[in-house]
Amino acid sequence: MAKIIVVTSGKGGVGKTTTSAAISTGLAMRGHKTVVIDFDVGLRNLDLIMGCERRVVYDFVNVIKGESTLNQALIKDKRTEGLYILPASQTRDKDALVRDGVEKILNELAKDFEYIVCDSPAGIEQGALMALYFADIAIVVTNPEVSSVRDSDRILGILQSKSRRAEQSLEPIQEHLLLTRYNPIRVANGEMLSVSDVEDILAIPLLGVIPESEAVLKASNQGTPVILDAETQVGQAYNDAVDRLLGKDVAHRFLEEEKKSFFKRLLGGK
Amino acid sequence: MSFFSYFQKKSEPTSAARAKERLQIIVAHERHRRKQPDFLPKMQQEIIDVIRKYINIDSDQVVVSLDESDHCSVLELNITLPE
Repeated sequence: MAKIIVVTSGKGGVGKTTTSAAISTGLAMRGHKTVVIDFDVGLRNLDLIMGCERRVVYDFVNVIKGESTLNQALIKDKRTEGLYILPASQTRDKDALVRDGVEKILNELAKDFEYIVCDSPAGIEQGALMALYFADIAIVVTNPEVSSVRDSDRILGILQSKSRRAEQSLEPIQEHLLLTRYNPIRVANGEMLSVSDVEDILAIPLLGVIPESEAVLKASNQGTPVILDAETQVGQAYNDAVDRLLGKDVAHRFLEEEKKSFFKRLLGGK
Repeated sequence: MSFFSYFQKKSEPTSAARAKERLQIIVAHERHRRKQPDFLPKMQQEIIDVIRKYINIDSDQVVVSLDESDHCSVLELNITLPE
């Protein structure tokens, strides 16, 4: 049975697409056949982050409307074996994502894939609601910042009342908190909410903490999922998060300011 | 951080502490509202309309809230009448 994971947040710009790209790549790297779907109709971006923007021919809405087959729209990732991308449409109206159509495609994908990762758009409109409706697992991407935390709480309320699992009184969606753009130095200075502050407020299990880093912009510039930069802290933090998602018990890292050694300081190393 | 700023910091809470406090309040408030039944806003409006037939009040002078404790629910209706 395929697992459907929604990457959601409410607020925009917190790192949903970066996370969707990283988590789906991480799952495929571990041998799980995975498809990642861009639900942001009108504002397609996952293709750019995954580096396959020039290979998009058909999209999610084309498949829903029967204008192409699912296989025609799926893009096979060139770097990671067992990873496919279903891009969002750019021009169609937002209401093109009808529930029956989305369900049909998810059911079809579930026959072939172990994991279906749904990259949600920001907001709580149709696209976001469709991305989370069928989910089994939710990754709530949150920045340590007031508006993001509040919006995440809003999204948690929606997961608990408007999803398929809620409506059909099934076992609730498994919720996970992924704290991104975390800056341990600012936390130590009392300028940023800490991991435990956010955990206290949202009260859901912590999947991972992704440090704020230049590596994310660098990876998106190149169209490479940042998880592939295994030597960076961000890459390692995402790899840990994927391991935890698969049930491994991995200690959290990068929560505290790295103590620079005297020589590192002298050499200006990071 | 200089030697003196260490002493100054003690007097006022950090901005992160303020953020947490504000979030805890607003999130608790919003969660409470989420748990209330959907009919509450409509019922509130209808109550206001009925009262307005007799007394001239503003809509913010009527507060309707539903509190659920362990084994009973209390519907509280608070109407402030003008002087």
